Amino acid sequence: MSDVQSEVQTFLDRLAERNARRGEEPTWIAARRQAGAARFEAMGFPNRRVEAWKYTDVRAIARGDFALASDADFSPATAAALTLPIEAHRLTFVDGVFSAALSQLEGLPEGVQLLPLSRALEENHEAVGGPLGRLTGVEFSTFSALNTAFMEEGAVLRLAPGTVVEKPIVLQFLSRANEAPVMSHPRILVEAGGRSEATLIEHHVGEEGAANFTNLVEEVILDRNAILTHYKLQEAALADLHVASIHVEQARDSRYTSFNLNLGGGLVRTDLITDLNGQGADAHFYGLFYGQGRQHVDSHTLANHNAPHTTSNENYKGILDDRAHGVFNGKVVVKRDSQKIEGFQSNANLLLSDRAEIDAKPELEIYADDVKCSHGTTTGQLDEEAIYALRSRGIDRQTARGLLTLAFAGEVLELVDLDAISERVELAVAGKLPERFNLAGLVEAAVALGDE
Amino acid sequence: MASQEMEQLVRRDYKEGFVTDIESDTVPPGLDENTIAFISNKKGEPEWMLEWRLQAYRQWLKMTPPSWAHLDYPPIDYQAISYYSAPKRPEDRPQSLDEVDPKLLETYEKLGIPLHERAALAGVAVDAVFDSVSVATTFKEKLHEAGVIFCSISEAIREYPELVRQYLGTVVPQGDNYFAALNSAVFTDGSFVFVPEGVTCPMELSTYFRINAANTGQFERTLIVCESRAQVSYLEGCTAPMRDENQLHAAVVELVALEDAYIKYSTVQNWYPGDEDGKGGIYNFVTKRGDCRGDRSRISWTQVETGSAITWKYPSCVLRGKHSIGEFYSVAVTNGRQQADTGTKMIHIGEGTRSYIVSKGISAGRANQSYRGLVKVGPRAKNARNFTQCDSLLIGDQCGAHTFPYQEIGNSTATVEHEATTSKIGEDQLFYCQSRGISEEDAVSMIVNGFCKDVFQELPMEFAVEAEALLSVTLEGAVG
Repeated sequence: MSDVQSEVQTFLDRLAERNARRGEEPTWIAARRQAGAARFEAMGFPNRRVEAWKYTDVRAIARGDFALASDADFSPATAAALTLPIEAHRLTFVDGVFSAALSQLEGLPEGVQLLPLSRALEENHEAVGGPLGRLTGVEFSTFSALNTAFMEEGAVLRLAPGTVVEKPIVLQFLSRANEAPVMSHPRILVEAGGRSEATLIEHHVGEEGAANFTNLVEEVILDRNAILTHYKLQEAALADLHVASIHVEQARDSRYTSFNLNLGGGLVRTDLITDLNGQGADAHFYGLFYGQGRQHVDSHTLANHNAPHTTSNENYKGILDDRAHGVFNGKVVVKRDSQKIEGFQSNANLLLSDRAEIDAKPELEIYADDVKCSHGTTTGQLDEEAIYALRSRGIDRQTARGLLTLAFAGEVLELVDLDAISERVELAVAGKLPERFNLAGLVEAAVALGDE
Repeated sequence: MASQEMEQLVRRDYKEGFVTDIESDTVPPGLDENTIAFISNKKGEPEWMLEWRLQAYRQWLKMTPPSWAHLDYPPIDYQAISYYSAPKRPEDRPQSLDEVDPKLLETYEKLGIPLHERAALAGVAVDAVFDSVSVATTFKEKLHEAGVIFCSISEAIREYPELVRQYLGTVVPQGDNYFAALNSAVFTDGSFVFVPEGVTCPMELSTYFRINAANTGQFERTLIVCESRAQVSYLEGCTAPMRDENQLHAAVVELVALEDAYIKYSTVQNWYPGDEDGKGGIYNFVTKRGDCRGDRSRISWTQVETGSAITWKYPSCVLRGKHSIGEFYSVAVTNGRQQADTGTKMIHIGEGTRSYIVSKGISAGRANQSYRGLVKVGPRAKNARNFTQCDSLLIGDQCGAHTFPYQEIGNSTATVEHEATTSKIGEDQLFYCQSRGISEEDAVSMIVNGFCKDVFQELPMEFAVEAEALLSVTLEGAVG
């Protein structure tokens, strides 16, 4: 048996074990599971000759042997420390298993349905059967196929037309430092009805020393005029492996804003796709990644302008230190006859170390002529003139560099409406800056300045 | 009747060996080691050259055609191609301009090509090449005085085997890619330029002035070497549309610049793009790469790509020497059903290396074109600098323009910038011109020329003038 086959077989064996313990399932779920497994087996794990994985090596995942977690035990004290200090409706998963104890589902406003996928399937599986897997099918990637084969837990969020949810909705994924690494395949389904509005925060965090594999598939359906702000905050331990496939579908005049904030995780790959299907649909992709040690952060985004008069705007910023490796691949596709499109893309990267690497690939694929599309990407160092300006005001060089690096990250963070998140990320970035930047004291000063 | 008899007579003469070796002047379609041995033998090549070709062929056999480009064409049957054919006999060619496709003549007229050159370009069997032959002879003398070697690659292999052996395949190895491997195995034509130390080539070199260059080979191989402090400017192709029987073109160009050397390579490519439905156009798969081997060396690529049904071409620079410079200026125009996937690669290896990329793409009709570029900065390329600007202009709602820039940066002191825009010709710009009495077509041509100005500036004078005319001819009928 070749390596590739044995890698795939390990996962298939785990699936067989799991299936043996599973009770009766509706036929459609069993059929999808089977389709997922078959597709996964046929595709195998991608190697670097596959264009979409050219810069990301997934052998750490492929060669792993991950069990499935069976309980959701987690120290409440640790959980409290990890939880975002924010008043929110919350679903918590521990290594992929739903934890009722750590969730906060009381007081959900009318028109909001927020529940774990397992319960949604139990209560009324047919209601989920339609939309689930419609946007991210098994064909999308090996990982979406694998997810489909294993799907059983996750989150379902439904917003009735016209519902405006005041408090943010937090989906918290906790990763434990297990003796043997585990995997989870969460599945998130968001259906936002017409004119509804909500903020969704996906928070990936865990115990130090966790080395688990999370394979997330997320489908977001926005009806006419729906507004969704989506935060994905990745703060997991440095050995955690994370692959996420997020697919958004936008109807007329809907607005989707994504903040992809990557601070943690050893290998993080995010595929973020939006289909702008209705006129006036508007998508914003903002991203910030900070890599250090041997972190590998890969962000793939794709905006499909399928209808005329749609807009997309993207801004990703990356800071890489040590031997970290960053990948940015942004793509704007304008379909034939989708006229009057605006698509903008910007990516800037800062390398702090000579062994860090960034691979950027901003793409435009345009089949219509009445469009305004542009992309820009830069990689470089801090502006010497800006450093000089600060030094002429009595700030030493290292501190100036630290401040400017923070300001670089700040360009994305200032767009964040939730202070709890922007401050947390800013502090995290400041904390990650190399010691040579001599920041003590100034960080707080900077935060204080930001508060004024 | 008489002419028929005459014809028979002519044929019989061949059988009797009136022209020696007529039988062996062509090989049947197909490619195997015998074909390669035949070509090598025909060219009177030394043993090592045949061995080199066979190595390439054996590598080619193990390769598969690339499929990553944004191109759509049926698979090519490599066994249906004839890899060696002797130049056409005069009686097979059109006997006068009257027999030439009037459309072609119309284009020549528009481009303002001198009468005597038109015949040569259309492949008419007259002594039209006389002019360029005499010009070429005077040029040759001058070059000889300066010590510059400029000849066909086959001649170079015979006359200067040591030089060729030293440099051939060192920039584009035999197994570099599918088409380069094929070219390495079967190339039959091309140029060799060698500029010795400290010499600035006294004139711009062009294949156009080289004897026998009227029949550009299907598998061209060009090798240009500039020793320390040497300089050369080389022009490839010409603006006039060229008729060619061979649908597949797979050329390889290798440039080597040693310390302080400067090579400027300009291309105007205007192969037959096919008819309105894109049938019969040339497939142009080219591997071009320059190696800035010496410190402070500089290689500059300028290209104007308007022809071919399919263009697959990425002139690249390997910036090995410290403070070496790579430049790429490109205008690609696609109309009708043309497809172009073109761009550049800048590989920064040495300290302080710089590269500059300007790519202008114009897509009209039902054409599709892509800019595909790579900027790679290695860990040792301290203070490397790149600036890339790539703009696309769309004319009509059935065309496509795409950008796929790759950046791989592994050095914190590097500064790499990429900018790209895609837009159409502004209504207000058109209106402005038209309100001043300029026709719509002229206005478009003016705006497009302005759009491409950054690149045209880089072209040698005579090319630049022709390129502007060429642009308007290519885009004819794209508007309105």
